Amino acid sequence: MSALDWVGGVLMIVGASLTLLGTIGLHRFPDVFARMHAATKPATLGTVLVLGGAAVAVADFSISALFVLVAALQFITAPVGAHMVGRAAYRAGTELSAQTAVDELAGSPADRRRRR
Amino acid sequence: MNTVTVACFAILGAAGVACIVRLVRPGSSLADRIVALDSFLVVFVSALAVYTVRSGDDAFVNVTLVAALLGFLGTVTVARYIERRGA
Repeated sequence: MSALDWVGGVLMIVGASLTLLGTIGLHRFPDVFARMHAATKPATLGTVLVLGGAAVAVADFSISALFVLVAALQFITAPVGAHMVGRAAYRAGTELSAQTAVDELAGSPADRRRRR
Repeated sequence: MNTVTVACFAILGAAGVACIVRLVRPGSSLADRIVALDSFLVVFVSALAVYTVRSGDDAFVNVTLVAALLGFLGTVTVARYIERRGA
């Protein structure tokens, strides 16, 4: 194995493990918002690491370029998607977990709308 | 490299199963399900990248781009739907 293979392999293993941790969080956290937090952050970083590792390990430049493009796309779109799902879930009146310490949107127009 | 890709496939397979279980589990809200589906597509994209490294075959490279785009579009669409109809 060459040095590039080592770098790519380590990146892919770390990324895949982060993705697995994120999906375990889908089952372990108490409400929709906490689960979303667990699912989007580690999973996004995990994919970016796997794609980066693949881009390093694969020998073909055109394939590497596409992997970098997909990684950049994930980095931009994942927070936007998570934000939209979170906003929609809050406005639709999803119950917050009983462990929630602070609801910064309490009393805001979005909160009044969900209590209507 | 072979060992690394097999290990990655095992880890990503476990992650994919966890997403699918969350997706079909009774009692999940619609927001939960769309988050799980989005995570599954993320796992799928990673698995395709690992496959490309393993085989050196470029047939599925473009599929990663399409799956990433479709995952984002689906999430945004369902989010709009939840906002109007309620979870």
